[in-house]
Amino acid sequence: MRRETLLNAAVLLGLLAVPLWAWASDEPFIITLATKVVILAIAGIGLNLALGLGGLVSLGHAIFFGVGGYAMGILASHAQSYTPLMEWPLLIEGTKSMPVIWLLAVIGGACAALVIGALSLRTTGVYFIMITLAFGQMFYYFAISWPAYGGEDGLAIYVRNGFPGLNTLDPIQYFALCFGVMCVVLLFVARLAGSAFGLALSGARQNSERVQAVGLVPYRLYLVAFTLSGAITGLSGALYADLNRFVSPTMFSWQTSGEIIIFVILGGVGRLFGPVIGAALFIVLEHLLGGLSEFWHIYLGALLLIVVLFARGGLIGLLAGKEVAHD
Amino acid sequence: MTDPILDVRGISKSFGALKASNDVSLDLRDGEIHALIGPNGAGKSTLIQQIAGGLRPDTGTIWFDGVNITAESTVARARRGLGRTFQISSLAMEFTVLQNVMLGALGRRGGAFRFLSPVMKDRALLETAHAALAQVGLEDFASATTAELSHGQRRQLEVAVALTLSPRVFLMDEPMAGLGTEGSHRLMDFLGTLRHRAPILLVEHDMDAVFYLADRISVLVYGQIIATGTADEIRANREVRTAYLGEEEDA
Repeated sequence: MRRETLLNAAVLLGLLAVPLWAWASDEPFIITLATKVVILAIAGIGLNLALGLGGLVSLGHAIFFGVGGYAMGILASHAQSYTPLMEWPLLIEGTKSMPVIWLLAVIGGACAALVIGALSLRTTGVYFIMITLAFGQMFYYFAISWPAYGGEDGLAIYVRNGFPGLNTLDPIQYFALCFGVMCVVLLFVARLAGSAFGLALSGARQNSERVQAVGLVPYRLYLVAFTLSGAITGLSGALYADLNRFVSPTMFSWQTSGEIIIFVILGGVGRLFGPVIGAALFIVLEHLLGGLSEFWHIYLGALLLIVVLFARGGLIGLLAGKEVAHD
Repeated sequence: MTDPILDVRGISKSFGALKASNDVSLDLRDGEIHALIGPNGAGKSTLIQQIAGGLRPDTGTIWFDGVNITAESTVARARRGLGRTFQISSLAMEFTVLQNVMLGALGRRGGAFRFLSPVMKDRALLETAHAALAQVGLEDFASATTAELSHGQRRQLEVAVALTLSPRVFLMDEPMAGLGTEGSHRLMDFLGTLRHRAPILLVEHDMDAVFYLADRISVLVYGQIIATGTADEIRANREVRTAYLGEEEDA
């Protein structure tokens, strides 16, 4: 078996083992941390689809994360206050059902990414980065100035939303649910990377001129990739909001976008499990170093520098070697 | 005589004061190799780019199979059947050799928006891809990473990708550059047979290859075509000798 496959399997097992151990020894906080890792990993997997496979450096993925978060917040807040979202022309009520919320988070993330992508992908390089950042700031300030849903204070949801057959308030059950979602997302992205679309997209990243010469339009490939990427990150936003039972404009902030990029870079750009390892490392560091000093970002910055300078393939590149092209 | 499949009519392109193309007309007919030669800086690359769609001419028109394609994009022209190879190899370097030809086959067949079925198991595409590799003699390198190929092998791969497109016209920008004697002889023989599948507009520096292969030769100097004719006609043309071939001998 290839080293990277082994490493990936080890990461999955480790990510299962830690919360199970915590569950057995009654440490709900560790389970919550593991759940956070899984959810942020999903956000990173979403970004990695655009960044790793398509080469699109988006500094605006917090938008989709936030859209997913607010999809949950808005629906659940209406449900908990028994006020409908709208009554005319048709009655739409809030909901506490996770599957419905997820669906809307995915659709919301995809729609936002489609519109933002359609505009931003006309530019490349640093302009693309700046435009995605600018859109992110627009959403951030819009969320702050929108009093209906808490404005700057955000929205608290008192009871975690429900999933048929599960008690989502039990930390280990909610972890299992998120872990399951992550596995499905990983499977989807793995299939996508090996599909015709994956080949064309990766070709466009490496050499856009080549892709055009064989009769494919890079812009369309990028736009579809960006949209799927936004959908996945949107889903993780809904999960994250449910983990905290709280939504706030911070989800839209550019720091959030930066953190999602950091997961991807730490773990390994373009590697399937890169964001999973990156998110795990980030949360472990935040937890351990954050206990030592509230300025733990200094150490994170140093680590990021080391990775960028000496280990371009991220942690996966370090452990499993350079990505080998395979058929 | 049949209508030319590719017909460039009086195109001009200027960059500031520099006339890179000056009222250039040339055509390409079925079954022929039409070579475009000219000293460095004569405007060959600019001309190729205008034909491929990367640059738009200031004036003049380009016709492909009776359709005016002057305003069409690179992608649209590729879809019509303009198979281009690049002067400086333009491949996806992280891909394997096979993946590069698969990309060509995929572009030709369409269906790039299939998200879940593994493309590297697609029988039809694999068949096209392997056939193309076999024709240029790269079948043993199918699973090599493209970045590891020698310069000459990359040239061969360029041609293989163009083959997967089964184009109506080949547009080849210096396919022999850097190939070495044996390699370029192999490719020469191959291009010689390829012309019967689709005509080739060949930009080439290797004069032996050009005079051996070309049915017709056009000579481009300072953005202008100063002569078009068979190899013998070009050899005998006084203007060409002074403007171009003579310079070569001096150099």
